[in-house]
Amino acid sequence: MKLRTLLICCTLLFTGAAMAKEAAPMAADVEIEKRMVAISEELRCLVCQNESLSGSHAELAQDLRREIRKMIGEGKTDKEILDFMVARYGDFVRYRPPVKPTTWLLWGGPFLLLAGGIAALIAFLRRRAKEDAAPALSEEERRRAAALLDQSNS
Amino acid sequence: MKRFLIPLAVFFVLVIFLAIGLTLNPRDVPSPLKDKPAPAFKLPQLAAADRSFSPADLKGKVWLLNVWASWCVSCRQEHPLLVSFSKEGSVPIVGLNYKDQLPDAKNWLAKFGDPYVLSAVDADGRVGIDYGVYGVPETYVIDKAGMIRMKHTGPITPESLQKQILPLVAELSK
Repeated sequence: MKLRTLLICCTLLFTGAAMAKEAAPMAADVEIEKRMVAISEELRCLVCQNESLSGSHAELAQDLRREIRKMIGEGKTDKEILDFMVARYGDFVRYRPPVKPTTWLLWGGPFLLLAGGIAALIAFLRRRAKEDAAPALSEEERRRAAALLDQSNS
Repeated sequence: MKRFLIPLAVFFVLVIFLAIGLTLNPRDVPSPLKDKPAPAFKLPQLAAADRSFSPADLKGKVWLLNVWASWCVSCRQEHPLLVSFSKEGSVPIVGLNYKDQLPDAKNWLAKFGDPYVLSAVDADGRVGIDYGVYGVPETYVIDKAGMIRMKHTGPITPESLQKQILPLVAELSK
């Protein structure tokens, strides 16, 4: 029994050591890591297209993150790194593609739809207001209605 | 009548958009490298590690660069087509062995046939990044001036070979 307790204690002790060892290299370049994550969150992983480069486990994503780290280490600016990716993989890698003729519909489309919706709503409200404003019954009709009501009451 | 026509028209516009969407291939990302010079590299050859290959070696020729790996399932799918096509000898195919293990790559070629005039070894995938490789197999058509004229992502099919690659190669070879 005592032996087992000792064993467990030893195991736990070494687990702690192993963890600490794994975390150490990260701490050395926290700044690089932070920038790398910020940049790679702006980029699409082309292997699994609905994941960002920072979240993807695809091998290409790992390679590209390594490349980004390297470029940060070389003192490249964020823009230079983004340009590097766009030059190789196209605007599609960016979650926020630049505004240019081929992406006008992409950027403007939602606003076009919104404007269309607002126009339809205004047209609808105007038509309804007109219908409401119109006198429901003419003088002649009012008299006939009153006569009918009198008839059914008597 | 009008109140039914408008939703119906909207519905048909939606159907048209969705139908177009279904025929598009989301994997087929247009390469920004088209009509740009093929990125330079210098890599060892698979068959002879002491010899190297760089795209400049083939200047003045139209050639295909085919990115492949022994771990890549779709490569196996397109491979027989490449092997039979290479026998025609109409255009040299250079292989780029992407992130592979040397023995695996050599075995693979021995087993399934070697359609390549040579394969360059891109062990860490760094050259692949320069070529914007994101899904093996990929094939590039490179012209006499060393410009990338076309990129085909995914396995080559008999159809894409006959309808896209060969006509382009014929035109570039003039």
